Amino acid sequence: MYSKIMVPVDLQHIEKIDKSLQCAAELAGIWDSVVCYVAVTGRVPNRVAPSPEKFEVEMNMFAHEQRDRFGIETEYKVVSSVDVPVELDDKILGAIDEIGADLVVMASHVPGVPDRLHLMSSNAAHIVRHADVSVFVVR
Amino acid sequence: MNDRNREEIAQAEEEVDRINEIYDTDYEIGQDNVEKWGFDMHQTVFTNSAILIALFVIGSLSFPGVSKELLEATRNWIQQVFDWVFLSTGNLFVLFCLALIVLPVGKIRLGGEDAKPDFSTLSWFAMLFAAGMGIGLMFWSVAEPVGYFTEWFGAPLNTPGFTEDSRVAAMGATMYHWGLHPWAIYGVMALSLAFFAYNKGLPLTVRSTFYPLLGERVWGWLGDLIDTLAVLATLFGLATSLGLGAQQAASGLNFLFDVGSGLNTQIVIIAGVTSVAVISVVRGIEGGVKLLSNINMVLAALLLVFVIVAGSLTGFLSNVGETVSGYVKYMLPLSNPVGREDLTFYHSWTIFYWAWWISWSPFVGMFIARVSRGRTVREFLTAVLIVPTLVTVVWMSAFGGNGLDQAQNGVGELADGISDSSLALFQMLSHLPLTAITSFLSICLVLVFFITSSDSGSLVIDSITSGGKTDAPIPQRIFWATTEGVVAAVLLGVGGSAALQALQAGAVSTGLPFTLVLMAMCVSLARGLHHERKLMQYSDVIQGS
Repeated sequence: MYSKIMVPVDLQHIEKIDKSLQCAAELAGIWDSVVCYVAVTGRVPNRVAPSPEKFEVEMNMFAHEQRDRFGIETEYKVVSSVDVPVELDDKILGAIDEIGADLVVMASHVPGVPDRLHLMSSNAAHIVRHADVSVFVVR
Repeated sequence: MNDRNREEIAQAEEEVDRINEIYDTDYEIGQDNVEKWGFDMHQTVFTNSAILIALFVIGSLSFPGVSKELLEATRNWIQQVFDWVFLSTGNLFVLFCLALIVLPVGKIRLGGEDAKPDFSTLSWFAMLFAAGMGIGLMFWSVAEPVGYFTEWFGAPLNTPGFTEDSRVAAMGATMYHWGLHPWAIYGVMALSLAFFAYNKGLPLTVRSTFYPLLGERVWGWLGDLIDTLAVLATLFGLATSLGLGAQQAASGLNFLFDVGSGLNTQIVIIAGVTSVAVISVVRGIEGGVKLLSNINMVLAALLLVFVIVAGSLTGFLSNVGETVSGYVKYMLPLSNPVGREDLTFYHSWTIFYWAWWISWSPFVGMFIARVSRGRTVREFLTAVLIVPTLVTVVWMSAFGGNGLDQAQNGVGELADGISDSSLALFQMLSHLPLTAITSFLSICLVLVFFITSSDSGSLVIDSITSGGKTDAPIPQRIFWATTEGVVAAVLLGVGGSAALQALQAGAVSTGLPFTLVLMAMCVSLARGLHHERKLMQYSDVIQGS
């Protein structure tokens, strides 16, 4: 039903997205789909890697780990950004087209007061609103 | 491969390991951070900065007289006792940067050999100006040279006013204050930050530049102190210049539209600038500060061309000659810290500027570093040092030159000297055609420069207070942009300009510790670049096999 599942990941907060990783893997098992992990990274050093090039290496490792962990076919994509918190949503939307994903599985928090007041919506909310493909939001 | 080659390669590999070990830290970016209330902040730096900001603001509001006296006395003491330190280190920074441009280390690329620049050269360049100098160039390009020429407040080397000599001295001294020296100060800070972040993988924060000197200790209290000081210098520098700038902008608006220049207008200006700055930080670098900087570059170019053409093209060309010859002629005498007799000029202008540029350097340097990945050291310093100096020559010759012409020929208010420095630009424009349009354009430029400063400043403070992370949540940068505006408005509203001047004196006083920081940074950077060059040579040896 879905041939490529995209999972946006934040390697700095990997503990928070485990449920979405599992969920994507289960779905991939059902339809024999490829899972593509997408990360948006800045130009300055962060906790995961001291440079964008080394970040790429980390993502490669991550994709391999997930492949071995779930026995599914995995890919990865690193999108570069000069200002991550601001550009994150649009970079993820862009990546959906670029990798040709037909399903997005992503983690999100339970909406709190700021979401209800429309002050700050979650990244997932933005993706749901603007993506052409199906989006599975994991809470 | 013969034995000699093998030995050479083994030696090179050993050296590479040895150098890499120097920068091998166990520190994880963000390891001292807490994530709370939607923020991601460095515990010590964020908390201490916030407390100290509150204390300073409350202090200068509760005891305006005492704190103004105390902080201004500190600033004056620093400027008078350490004048030679400021001047000598300023000279040193220029020589250091020029040396890096011509030495082989100039080939090192920020971010590694394959790194590509993130921004086009023109946008990059527009952002360099927008962060640190735009507003000053607007306000002082007329007031400063005319001030020297009319002996408003001291004259360079005591050159008697209203003479041909004093014209050349006025342009030379103004260029000296706005040319190579300030940009070299910014250059040292910016290059150090960029190099240690992009080439050595250390967090983008001021303390990282000391890693080759202090090792793991930079992650401790000493690093916390340096970063906290950088936050205070930046925030108070921005808030006070926003507050004082709002007064200048209000007097400009009043001059044009007769809207009144009282507190209400000033608060409206602060609120307006802060609101747009908040929108701009939320839109990020690309959609915010880059866009505004590009707009400003176009507006500034239009105004410049207009002033050149409307003044007199031949007059402008001769003014350029005068500016360049004045700069060359007076650079060495003005750089000399020994046996100065022009003490009013020396302390109130040169040393004040030097302390100001230096206290402003963590902010501007950090912002420049943020947008400069992918440039070589040579390209970087040429763009940060030489190009702005050339642009300033043209800008000063047009604006300052026109002002001087008016003052010398007895045209308008400038002939009587400077009455209010913030009006000098408008007074000059009022004797050129299309005054209403050009003055309005100038006010817009000033306001947008305020917005870009506030915006880029918030990004910088955000990054320092989150331990070098640039991907902290957006509410955090909104917090800092708003804090700047609130501090400026509260100080202005409750304490008036006395409170602002007190805090500004405090901000400028941080120039002294940062002079020491910058000197140590030169050593650290020289070491880092030397290592990087060695690494490149060794990698050639290894790959050559």
